[in-house]
Amino acid sequence: MSMGSLAFDEFGRPFLILKDQDKKSRLHGIEAHKSHIMAAKTVASTLRTSLGPKGLDKMMVSSDGEVTISNDGATILSMMDVDHQIAKLMVQLSKSQDDEIGDGTTGVVVMAGALLEQAEQLLDRGIHPIRIADGYEMAAQVAIGHLDKICDQFPLDQSHRERLIETAMTTLGSKIVNRCHRQFAEIAVDAVLSVADLERKDVDFELIKMEGKVGGKLEDTMLVKGVVIDKDMSHPQMPKRIKDAKIAILTCPFEPPKPKTKHKLDVTSVDDYKKLRVYETEKFDEMVKQVKDTGANLVICQWGFDDEANHLLLQRQLPAVRWVGGPEIELIAIATGGRIVPRFQELTTDKLGKAGIVRELTFGTTKDRMLVIEECHNSRAVTIFIRAGNRMIIEEAKRSLHDALCVVRNLVKDHRIVYGGGAAEIAMSLAVSQEAEKISTLEQYAMRAFADALDSVPLALAENSGQAPIQTVAEIKSRQVTEKNPRLGIDCMNKGSNDMREQHVIETLSSKRAQIMLAVQLTKMILKIDDIRSSSENMF
Amino acid sequence: MVSMQPIGIYKPGAEEEKSETARMSSFVGAIAIGDLVKTTLGPKGMDKILQSGNKNNTIQVTNDGATILKAIGVDNPAAKILVDISKVQDDEVGDGTTSVTVLACELLKEAEHLIAQRLHPQTIVSGWRKAVTEARRALEESAKDNGANPDKFREDLMNIARTTLSSKILTANKDHFANLAVDAVLRLKGHGDLQAIQVIKILGGSLLDSTLDEGFLLEKKIGVNQPKRVENAKILIANTSMDADKIKVFGSRVRVDAISKIAELELAEKEKMKDKVGKIIKHGCNVFINRQLIYNYPEQLFADAGVMAIEHADFEGVERLALVTGGEIVSTFDNPELVKLGHCDLIEEVIIGEDKLIKFSGVALGEACTIVLRGATQQILDEAERSLHDALCVLAQTVKETRTVYGGGCSEMLMANAVSELAMKTPGKEALAMEGFARALRMLPTIIADNAGYDSSQLVTELRAAHKEGRNTTGLDMNRGEIADVTVLGITESYQVKRQVLISAAEAAEMILRVDDIIKAAPRQRAPDHGH
Repeated sequence: MSMGSLAFDEFGRPFLILKDQDKKSRLHGIEAHKSHIMAAKTVASTLRTSLGPKGLDKMMVSSDGEVTISNDGATILSMMDVDHQIAKLMVQLSKSQDDEIGDGTTGVVVMAGALLEQAEQLLDRGIHPIRIADGYEMAAQVAIGHLDKICDQFPLDQSHRERLIETAMTTLGSKIVNRCHRQFAEIAVDAVLSVADLERKDVDFELIKMEGKVGGKLEDTMLVKGVVIDKDMSHPQMPKRIKDAKIAILTCPFEPPKPKTKHKLDVTSVDDYKKLRVYETEKFDEMVKQVKDTGANLVICQWGFDDEANHLLLQRQLPAVRWVGGPEIELIAIATGGRIVPRFQELTTDKLGKAGIVRELTFGTTKDRMLVIEECHNSRAVTIFIRAGNRMIIEEAKRSLHDALCVVRNLVKDHRIVYGGGAAEIAMSLAVSQEAEKISTLEQYAMRAFADALDSVPLALAENSGQAPIQTVAEIKSRQVTEKNPRLGIDCMNKGSNDMREQHVIETLSSKRAQIMLAVQLTKMILKIDDIRSSSENMF
Repeated sequence: MVSMQPIGIYKPGAEEEKSETARMSSFVGAIAIGDLVKTTLGPKGMDKILQSGNKNNTIQVTNDGATILKAIGVDNPAAKILVDISKVQDDEVGDGTTSVTVLACELLKEAEHLIAQRLHPQTIVSGWRKAVTEARRALEESAKDNGANPDKFREDLMNIARTTLSSKILTANKDHFANLAVDAVLRLKGHGDLQAIQVIKILGGSLLDSTLDEGFLLEKKIGVNQPKRVENAKILIANTSMDADKIKVFGSRVRVDAISKIAELELAEKEKMKDKVGKIIKHGCNVFINRQLIYNYPEQLFADAGVMAIEHADFEGVERLALVTGGEIVSTFDNPELVKLGHCDLIEEVIIGEDKLIKFSGVALGEACTIVLRGATQQILDEAERSLHDALCVLAQTVKETRTVYGGGCSEMLMANAVSELAMKTPGKEALAMEGFARALRMLPTIIADNAGYDSSQLVTELRAAHKEGRNTTGLDMNRGEIADVTVLGITESYQVKRQVLISAAEAAEMILRVDDIIKAAPRQRAPDHGH
């Protein structure tokens, strides 16, 4: 490995500049660029086949042997055990798209890979990386400017549920759940709409919870307008169904109080012993009475109950749930409008949560039970309850629904849209290459390369759907120019139309914009690295 | 130079398998699993011995697909999916675990051929989806519903139980056990809660000695000197400590300055226990059953009062008792008027084999019952229990969803023919996938015939022809090795189970087929165990 330019003294020994220099490997100049581009391309080529509604899945085996099947870009990358630094950057890229927008995680990686691939050719022609980066930046500005021009309005109110569902269906189209496509889209839209604050244009994802349970069919998946908790009543003989529940939410155990300070209680005589005994029974009685007095008819407790307390609760007809986790307690409190009460003394009627119905769900032949709290006082919290044949499908359904939820949320936040199926990319590509002709400097080449890179998304889409990629894309490109219709894209589902508005393939403007911006930023960053040192010896 | 070398982007130890290799690896894994359980399918299927790797080298002999797959550790990711699917089938409907695995495996075999013909996996998937819809339609059409007619329904249940049991160890005595199972399930009066059916295994005797006991058996002993037989029992079921009743107030401890005081305290403790026993007796019960231990002192007190006391009934036992006798589980004893006691006509100690059991007969809720299994070895008992459990699950499902379909390969052939029919009408590549689906469905009767040692190609083609002629109730008669009318043979299966097999298998196969890339993370480095 070349160690960079070194000076030698008269005995032929090199001057050492860095600590342990001889143990470090170094790559620089054009070699460094090429090595980075190779790594990025490898990652992108793995994801390329997952793009679009006909994309295939990847199977990931974790280090503990757990199997995950997914075609969600962010999931695949996060579970890939990558070590190469540039590959790690790609992983982060898709993650940031996931955090920001929640969808388009595959597209952004494919885009970045294509940009770098084009850059490689430009580097071979001797164009300086910085000039390429500048050209890309200019092209990105043009592309985004053009996106703003071709974007459509998507007015939003409750009556436009249908259009939202169509958008959600596009997102779900590429996932394994597309067997109950429509149903899942409806679930996603209803979930977002019921928690959305349309005036502030804000959607609080905290209020949407996803629970999965193995068994049943995907078709059994449902949206519960309330909260589902994976617990059952503390005593098997408590009622399984409570109407007009008034819920006391407690974070203290049904046990005699334990002072926090260290203390000792000495029993020195028989009298003491008897008093203590009386005190103990009274305490239990008092606790149950305090709860009962407030008018509560259901107790949700974060801690356990003593057996005696448990029975007292049953006897006083006060159903109770124990060992409910912290986040779930909070969710219940938000949903029912109750207050979380840390002490029995502080429990009052107005601190109780209210729910229309609380019932227990049982499943199949196994003894699993779950508790559903419905018709809550504050009905905004919802739970999506997923059923499927096995854990893997449930996990995948969760991820797909998450993507769909994000898309719907983005539409609620910003109602400008562009058309999918590669239509927006082709339109941008046309705009960029047109603009490139007007540039008189070296950047012209970079901009043309950018336009070519944009084509890679529709190319991959066509390829994955089993069409001749180059022919299809060329045809659509020419039709977009002659018909002046930026809505034409790849007909992945073979529906016989290329107009994406008819097929309801739409994406949010913000998502597409973020994809382009993030991909360009990453490319620029990678192009600016020209020297890499690593201390491990067997790096390359 | 550098850029020419392949660039490793993974951590050392991590692997990636791409398209062809990935597909091959999942096919091979899934098919291996399918072949493993294939021979257990059908009435003449073979059993497997599972030897556990621990020190005891315990042995299980079974023909239950889910049990076999649970016991083998698999590493191949696709194989894991199949194991998963059989587990789910076991949880949801209780039977058909082998069928689901074998069908998924046959589907993948077909997919392998189709991929070799350069069909895109997505095309195969969409063809399969259409095929599944068609097959479900055909299955639903063929389903019979006798739910309204109790006599016929019982006959249906008997047939289903016999069909399920015929592939298990109980096949020799299937009439006997079918009767047991149907009686037990019908006692539940439709609510399908298998908890009320208790299965007790007692070594010795033969399988035919197994009985159904109307009532409830508890594998516990009655306290010393207490009545061994109580008529018209009033039962108090409790979960309370009957040793020295500790004080639960945090941080309390005994501190005395003289021995005499300890003695006093001890007396006070004893008194407390005596009070407690007194309170319990005040409930008017003559039987007391506790989940926890009962110490000698309270036991003696109960004996004095003529109350039967049973200690250490485990949690499940207590809950089931509460369920069947209608009592509630009590932990405090201050309000006798609020406590619901359980009732039964007679409690007595019975001896089965060499074991003493407590028998509760004439329980308030007539739904509960106990099945006593007898058998020569532990393995036979275990396998008998598994088989009976399968039968009970299927029956419970059928009570809920009363539709039934014909077994013996009849339904499979019916579905296969419906799918073939549709394939002929479908233009395009999807038709190839549908034909593959139909072939996979036909493989099930083929395997059943093969396992019985008959000429499967002859039989299955005869069967197909019979169905084509419109004799829709023809199936395989595995006793005589020919095709016959299954309505006469009485081979019936639950619609619910059949449908679940179809859907789950297609789902699993689709999931495996859609994968074109397997990424394996480097196995976690485990710290070496410090040998024990």
